[in-house]
Amino acid sequence: MMRAIRLPGAAPLMLALTLAVLGVLIVLPLGVVFQQALSKGLDAYLDPLKQPDALAAIRLTLTVAAISVPLNAVFGVMAAWAISKFEFKGKSLLITLIDLPFSMSPVVSGLVWVLLFGAQGWFGEWLIAHDVRIIFATTGLVLATVLVTLPFVARELIPLMQDQGADEEAAALTLGAGGFTTFWRITLPNIRWALLYGVLLCNARAMGEFGAVSVVSGSIRGLTTTLPLHIEVLYNDYDFVGAFAAASVLASLGLVTLVLKTLLEWRHAGELSAHRRN
Amino acid sequence: MNFQPIDETSPDQLALEIKGVSKAYSRFPALNNVSLQARDKEFLALLGPSGSGKTTLLRVLAGLEKPDAGEVRFGGEDFLALPVRRRRVGMVFQHYALFRHMTVAQNIAFGLTVRPASERPAKSEIDDRVAKLLALVQLDALGGRFPSQLSGGQRQRVALARALAIEPRMLLLDEPFGALDAQVRRELRRWLRELHDQAGVTTVFVTHDQEEALDLADRVAILKDGELVQIGTPNEVYDNPATPFVFDFLGPSCRIPGVVDSGQLRVADWESAAAPGAPTGAVELFFRPDEVAFAPADGLGLPMHVQGFAQRGPDVRIDCRIGDQAFELQCRGDDLPPGVSVGSEARVRPMRPQVYAA
Repeated sequence: MMRAIRLPGAAPLMLALTLAVLGVLIVLPLGVVFQQALSKGLDAYLDPLKQPDALAAIRLTLTVAAISVPLNAVFGVMAAWAISKFEFKGKSLLITLIDLPFSMSPVVSGLVWVLLFGAQGWFGEWLIAHDVRIIFATTGLVLATVLVTLPFVARELIPLMQDQGADEEAAALTLGAGGFTTFWRITLPNIRWALLYGVLLCNARAMGEFGAVSVVSGSIRGLTTTLPLHIEVLYNDYDFVGAFAAASVLASLGLVTLVLKTLLEWRHAGELSAHRRN
Repeated sequence: MNFQPIDETSPDQLALEIKGVSKAYSRFPALNNVSLQARDKEFLALLGPSGSGKTTLLRVLAGLEKPDAGEVRFGGEDFLALPVRRRRVGMVFQHYALFRHMTVAQNIAFGLTVRPASERPAKSEIDDRVAKLLALVQLDALGGRFPSQLSGGQRQRVALARALAIEPRMLLLDEPFGALDAQVRRELRRWLRELHDQAGVTTVFVTHDQEEALDLADRVAILKDGELVQIGTPNEVYDNPATPFVFDFLGPSCRIPGVVDSGQLRVADWESAAAPGAPTGAVELFFRPDEVAFAPADGLGLPMHVQGFAQRGPDVRIDCRIGDQAFELQCRGDDLPPGVSVGSEARVRPMRPQVYAA
């Protein structure tokens, strides 16, 4: 008979170690961000945030996220639906492709758009001739962000939908429901929590993305600098309070996402246990 | 059983006609040229081991799979031309496929609420129908529960009520008792048969359990490797299995090689008249281990060496050897038959043997 090994004091030790690592790697740096931002007082903190460039950066970040996240939510649902409810050739290849942005450096995800739409890119001349700007413009930022955050929603949904199978949808069809009704009344309610969760993760990454966005942005102040890029610009200008103030805003956006995510998990867990109760 | 054979000349009695249906999944054939028919209000079982194509055939009937070839007609209408949602078949899935985010009542009402506005019954009428169906499946008090709060047997009845809510022209059941324990299964089986007789809907159900099929169905269609091997009433298929496979599949079986020569069946040193129509030459003799008569060593039958016996409820199990094969035979009672004793030679005669070409 094997028995679980009991080490007296092991649990408190592990807990202490975990807390120490979390403290050094996460809480401390986050604290520093807010401490630095507020080091010269509240006015000095708020002032850089009132600058037009800073406001433009915040607005641009939210705009890019507001466009990319819905695009990827729709894409993620479609991809997960196709992969989990139908059998077709090349399915595993498709799953690998969806994962690719995770394994690829974000810089590459930015660079591909420059290679396609940059002045020297494949479509560069045509775009210039027709006066269409993609690189160094919001479109480019959205494209880069969409590519980097592509897997988030799909990845969240595929395992769940594969697990759920297609039987409920088939049942809905036999009961006379059409395709759209089936999706709206059966599929979507079954995946709503996972979908929201994926959207939140996708949103957090979309707002925080630096590498890919940096390649296509050109860092035109007030025009193509998103919040992460704005922070870098300020930092390179030795404007530490400004940089940390902007960083605190970005960190806060991330924290809000995290709190929403946690609330969702609580809610979800409650619903799950209610369903299990007999 | 007051079963009447299908009259092929009066098609108005026929509800379901399946003609030459084939379906292959990436070169592996799931159905191969299957043809069968079901009368109006008939209760038909599709019986076969896993991989025999029975579930595929059911899904073809529902419209969830499209056959590569063949015809399916229902009430004379080309069923394959109709999309799933227009066929009005009630399907009960193996794992019920209840909508997990809806209550029992919402599940049952679903088929009515998704109808286009012009055909949709009024809210109060839907509530009425749901209440009636809940009563029919004996779940009156559970309309507000979620599927995850129900037992397996209750879920199955909800699935059935949901399928009946659309007043289906045909009811399809995929392994309806597969996920239930033995006792619930037997209770629900009788209940389902009564429900079918009340509702008067043509029903096709898939099962791998021969006892279930023989007990419940008007006729049993036996499938193997995507082909229809035999179809008939439970008595017909049980008494005259068309192939060794069917014999084997319908219950415990014993097989022993023999020879048929000029109307005589010879197995070991035992000779008897072969059944009319039996193949000649090398054959295999099949019989049920409980359809045998025992005799002392100087009597009639196959020579056997009795090795032991064990009491099993109302039966005695006899372990023996016939030639160099071991068998477990059965007889009623609480002791060995007269003239048979452990460690001695005796004789055993199959009462209803079947002979197939070897």
